[in-house]
Amino acid sequence: MSDSIPADLRYTKEHEWARRDGDLIVVGITAHAVEQLGDITMVTISDPGTAITQGQSFGDIDSVKAVSELYAPVDGELVEVNAALEDAPETVNEAPYGDGWLVKLRPRDMAQLDALLDAAAYGKLVAED
Amino acid sequence: MTGALSKTPLHDLHLERGATMVPFAGWHMPLRFGKSIVQEHRAVRTTAGLFDVSHMGEVDLVGPGALAAAQTLVTNDVAALSDGRALYTVTCRPDGGIVDDCIVYRLGPEQIRVVVNAANIAKDLDHFREHAGSRCEIVDRSESLALIAVQGPQATAHLTTLTGDDTLGSVPSFGLHQTSLAGAAITAARTGYTGEDGFELFVAATDAPAVWRALLDAGLTPIGLGARDTLRLEARLSLYGQDIDETTNPYEAGLGWVVKLDRGPDAPRCVGHPALLRIRTDGVTRRLVGFRVEGRGIVRPDAEVLDDDDAVVGRVTSGGPAPTVGGAIGLAYVPRALAGPDRPLRIRQRGKILGARQHKGPFYRRPH
Repeated sequence: MSDSIPADLRYTKEHEWARRDGDLIVVGITAHAVEQLGDITMVTISDPGTAITQGQSFGDIDSVKAVSELYAPVDGELVEVNAALEDAPETVNEAPYGDGWLVKLRPRDMAQLDALLDAAAYGKLVAED
Repeated sequence: MTGALSKTPLHDLHLERGATMVPFAGWHMPLRFGKSIVQEHRAVRTTAGLFDVSHMGEVDLVGPGALAAAQTLVTNDVAALSDGRALYTVTCRPDGGIVDDCIVYRLGPEQIRVVVNAANIAKDLDHFREHAGSRCEIVDRSESLALIAVQGPQATAHLTTLTGDDTLGSVPSFGLHQTSLAGAAITAARTGYTGEDGFELFVAATDAPAVWRALLDAGLTPIGLGARDTLRLEARLSLYGQDIDETTNPYEAGLGWVVKLDRGPDAPRCVGHPALLRIRTDGVTRRLVGFRVEGRGIVRPDAEVLDDDDAVVGRVTSGGPAPTVGGAIGLAYVPRALAGPDRPLRIRQRGKILGARQHKGPFYRRPH
C-alpha cells in the first residue's frame, strides 16, 4: 500500500488527504479510503462560501453500499467544489490524488496543514487498520 | 471478531481470490470479489455470475406427514406442488408477523425442503418444531449442504456445457432437476434472487469447492453480497430483516399473493390463519411501496417518509443506486392513504428532504 501514499501530501485519520496550492488547500480522499468504499456513486458537498471547522463534516460520499462523511482537515472556508464529480463521481475511484480531488479550502491558519499526519504516519495508520 | 463468524465450505477459496469479506447474518461472506460492485452487478445482467449462498439454511421435512407439516408452517399452498417443483412463501407467527420468507421444494411425496435465510436458521427450526414437530421429522441440513447460484442470461448455457445435460434448458421456472457437475451430484433449481434466469445448485458441502472451481474455470464471474443486494432491489425482491420481519405482515409487504387462506376444508390451516384472515378482511394500514428518487440523491434504509406537514409517517427499508435501470431506488412503508403508483413521496435523510415517485412492480424486468 505504501506506493499509494504520496509523500508530498498530509493526511487525516479519517482518510482525507490535503495539499497546499498557493493560498489554498486541496482536499481529497486517499486510495485506501477508495479501496474501502468501492464504487463511488455520488459526492455531496456544502456550497462554496461555507465556513468549515477542522474535524467537522463538510459533505458526504455515497458508495454503492453506504454513505460516509467527509471531514475537514483544517478550519477555513470552502472556496471551490470539484464540479466534474457531479457527472462523474467515479473519477474519485480512478484518480483519488488527481482529477478526483473534492474541494479547495482557504485555511484560517496554514500551520494546521503541517500539523496533520505525514505520509509515514498515515502509512502506519493504514497498516494497522 | 471473525473467529465467532460461521464460514461456508467455499470461504477459503474466497480468501484465496482476494475477496473483500464482511460479517453478514453471523457469517463471514464476500462483499465483492473485485474493486467494483457495479461491475459485478453488470456481469450478472449481461453475462452470468456465480454466488456462494451456502449461508442459507436448508431444513427438510421428512416422513408421511411432511406435506401436512409444510401446510401448517407456510402460507402458500404446498399441496399444489408436484414432485420436483418449488414455490416462494412466507412463514408467519400466530399474530401474522413474518417469521421468515423461504422457498419450499417438493423433492418427493415424503420429503419437502425449506430454504430459509441464514440469520433465521435457529429461529426457524424452533418455530418449525413448535408448530409441526409432531407431524414429521425435521432435519437441519444447513451444515452438510452448500448452495451455489448461477444467474444471468448465459447461466443456463454455461451449466448445460458443464453438466453435458441438454435437458437443463427445459427445466421450468421453480422446477428442480438432478444432474452432475465436476463429478458431484447436484440438484439444480431454476430459482434465484437477481431478476435473471439461472439456477441455484444444491451440492454436498464436501463437493462444493470442486463445483465452484469448475464454474470459475468456465469463466463465470464470482459475485459478492454487494451486487446481490443491488440486483435483488432492482428486481424488487424483499430482504428479510429490512423489508419484512416479525413486525410486518405479508399483506402490507405486498406478499398477499403467497397467502392462500382458502385451501379447502381438509387442508391444515397455517400458523397465523385467524390473524391473516382478519388482516385480509379489515385491510392494511400501510403498504411497502417501491420508489425512484427524483433528481440527485441516494436514499438509504431508515430514512423517514414525511407527509405534507413534515410529520414522520413511514420509513425506508431498502435503498441504493440502481446500476441497470439508472438513478436511485428504494422500498418504504407508507400509510395506505399515501400509497399509489406514480404518487410522490417526501423522504428526509440526514436533515435533507428528497423527492421520490412511487413505482409499481419490479424496477427491472429481464428482456425476453
